[in-house]
Amino acid sequence: MNSTNELPVKSADETQALVRKSLARRYRAEKRFRAYGAAAVLAGIGFVIFLFGTIFSQGASVFRQSYVQLTVTYDPEVIDPSGARNPDELVTADYQALIRASLRERFPEVEGRPNLRELYGVVSSAASLELQKRVVADSSIIGSRETLWVLADDTVDMLLKEKVSRSAPEDERRLSDQQIGWIDALAADGSLKLRFNAAFLSNGDSRDPEQAGVRGALIGSALTLLITLLLSFPIGVGAAIYLEEFAPRNRMTDIIEVNINNLAAVPSIVFGLLGLAMFIALFGLPRSAPLVGGLVLSLLTLPTIIIASRAALKAVPPSIREAALGMGASRLQMVMHHVMPLAMPGMLTGAIIGMARALGESAPLLMIGMVAFIVDVPAGFVDPSTALPVQVFLWSDLPERGFVERTSGAIIVLLLFLVVMNATAVILRNKFEKRW
Amino acid sequence: MNQSSKIRPVPEGTKTIGDVTVLEPVFSCRDVEVFYGDKHAIKKVNIDIGRKQVLAMIGPSGCGKSTFLRCLNRMNDTIVGARVEGAIMLDGQDIHDKRQDVVQLRARVGMVFQKPNPFPKSIYENVAYGPRIHGLAADRAELDEIVNISLRRAGLWEEVKDRLNQPGTSLSGGQQQRLCIARAIAVNPEVILMDEPCSALDPIATARIEDLIDELRESYAICIVTHSMQQAARVSQRTAYFHLGDLIEVGETNKIFTNPQAKLTEDYITGRFG
Repeated sequence: MNSTNELPVKSADETQALVRKSLARRYRAEKRFRAYGAAAVLAGIGFVIFLFGTIFSQGASVFRQSYVQLTVTYDPEVIDPSGARNPDELVTADYQALIRASLRERFPEVEGRPNLRELYGVVSSAASLELQKRVVADSSIIGSRETLWVLADDTVDMLLKEKVSRSAPEDERRLSDQQIGWIDALAADGSLKLRFNAAFLSNGDSRDPEQAGVRGALIGSALTLLITLLLSFPIGVGAAIYLEEFAPRNRMTDIIEVNINNLAAVPSIVFGLLGLAMFIALFGLPRSAPLVGGLVLSLLTLPTIIIASRAALKAVPPSIREAALGMGASRLQMVMHHVMPLAMPGMLTGAIIGMARALGESAPLLMIGMVAFIVDVPAGFVDPSTALPVQVFLWSDLPERGFVERTSGAIIVLLLFLVVMNATAVILRNKFEKRW
Repeated sequence: MNQSSKIRPVPEGTKTIGDVTVLEPVFSCRDVEVFYGDKHAIKKVNIDIGRKQVLAMIGPSGCGKSTFLRCLNRMNDTIVGARVEGAIMLDGQDIHDKRQDVVQLRARVGMVFQKPNPFPKSIYENVAYGPRIHGLAADRAELDEIVNISLRRAGLWEEVKDRLNQPGTSLSGGQQQRLCIARAIAVNPEVILMDEPCSALDPIATARIEDLIDELRESYAICIVTHSMQQAARVSQRTAYFHLGDLIEVGETNKIFTNPQAKLTEDYITGRFG
C-alpha cells in the first residue's frame, strides 16, 4: 500500500492520540464562546434592570399627588352678586377668591400682601377650576360650606415626596421657610397628604405639573396607531403577496425590491418631512392630527411589514404550492387558501415589529406638528393631538421639578401600552399558527 | 374526438424504437422539447398515452422523465426559465392552445407528487378542496358523498372514517400518499400523473399503492414515473425508457423487459448502469 500511496500512514493509536490532543482545544474554544454569551446576556439583563429600576423609581411617585383639604364657603357675594344664577356669570366668577378666603380662615395669623401671596401659592391654580366645576354642575350649593380636597401646588408636592431638599439655603429653594411651616402644619393635622392621582390618567397636558396628564397623548397614540395598523398591514401584506407571487421577475421589480429594502433604513424624520410636504402642504390635511401621524407612520412601517411578509411567503414549502396548483387552484386561490394561512404568523411578526417601532417614533411626528402644546384630549382622527413619545420628549424639556416624575410616568404608560399591544398581537398570532 | 381516434402521424426522423402510437390515445405528444434556460432537457419526444392503462416512464436520474411528466399538466409553467415546445394533444386539443385554460387542464389531469404533500388541513378538507374550488358539489351532502367515494377508491376510508377532522399530516407516509391520490381523483380527472409516488414509502405501503394503481387503471389513464424497474413491470402495460432527454424506446411492458430492442434499454434494465 505504501508504495502506491504517498500519504504517511499512521497507526490507529497514533490517530486516536492526535484526536484526543485536539479535543481539549476544541472544548476550550466552545467553553470560551459559552462564557462570552453568558456574560453578554448578564450584562444585558443588568442594563435592563437598571433602566427599568430608574424609570419606575422616578415615575412611580407620579401616581400619587399632594392634595390639600380646604373648607370653602360658596359665598354668593363673590360668585353671583346679581343673584340671577346666570350660567355665563357663574363660569367667569372669581373662584380664586373663595380659595384665598378659605386659606385666610385656616391661617388667620398671616398678614400683609407678600405673606398672603406666599400662602396662596401653596394651593394649585387648578383648585379654583374644581370649585367652578362644582358650582356650574349644581348652582344650589351657592351659599353653603363644603370641605373638599384640592390639588396642592407642584412645589408642595415635591416637598412632600421629598424630591427637593429642605436643608438647602432659603434663597435656593422655591418654598420659603414660612411656607414650609404652613405645609408642615397642614400635614400635621392631616389636611395635606398624598392621594391617588387620577388626574394623571384623565387630564391632557398642562403647564402646571400637578395638572398635567397623559390622557391626551395616550389617546393620540392610540388613534395614530389605529390608522397605521389599518393602512400598513393590509397594504404591506398585499404588496408582499403581489411582489412575491404575481409580479414578473424583471429589472423593474428588482429596482422596487432594492428600494423597499432601502426604505426600511431611511431615517424616520425623512418620512416626517415627506408627510409634511405631501399630506399637509399638498393634500391640505390638518396639522397635528392623528390621521396625518398615522399616514406618516404607515410609510415608516410598510417596508418592515413587506420585507417580513415576503420572507414568510418564501418560507412556505413549494410542495404546498404544487399540491394546490396540481389540484387546479388558480394562483390567487393557491395564495389565499394555502400559502397565506401558513405565512400569516410571520406576517404578524412583521406587523408587531413595525407597530412597536411606530409607537416609539417621535421624530416624524415632530415634523407634522404633533409636538404642539395641546391641552384638550383628542376626540377624533382630525383633532389636534400629540403622542406618548412626543409627550415624553416635551416634558423632559421643561424646567419644573414635577415634570421629571411625569416624564418617567409617561414612559411607564408608553411601555405598558407597548406590552398590551404586543401581547394582543402575539395571542392573535398563536391563534393563527397551525400546529400541524 | 374524431381527430383523436385517428393515429396522429409521427414526424419523420424520430429515433425512438418501438410502438410510439396507440389507438384512441388520451395524450398524443409530438416533437415535445423542453428547455431550462440554455439546458435542453427533453429532445423531440414522440409518444401516445392510451386510455385506461398505465404507462411507466423509467430511466436513469436526470433523464427528463419527471420533466416530461410535468409537461402534461403544464406544471413546468411555474418554473422560471422553462420553455416547452412541440404539440401535446389532450383529446385532440393542444394543451398550449390559447383556448386551453390551465386551471381546467389541471382539473382534467391530476397529479400525485414524489413526496406526499397533503394540505395542512383536515383529511376531509384535503379531499373536499378540489370539488369545492371547481364547484362540483351542489351541497354539503354531495360533498360528503364525493369525499366518501374518493377515500374509498383510494383504499383509505376504513382507516380514516372516524377521524376525518384530524389533520392530513397526522397520517403515516403511505396513508398521506393515498390521501393525495384520493384528493386527485375527487375532481374526477381523465389522467393521473404520478411522479415517483412510492419513493418515500416502505415496501408495504408501496404494495398498497401499486394495488391501488391497478384498480384505478380501470377508470383513468395513469402515467407513472418510477425508479424501480420491478414496479414498472408490476403496474404498467406500456413502458417508456428515457435517456439524457431522449425517448429511447417505448412499447408493451413485457416486451420491453423481456426483449428490449435498443442497446441502451437493455443495458439499463439488466442493471449495467442507472
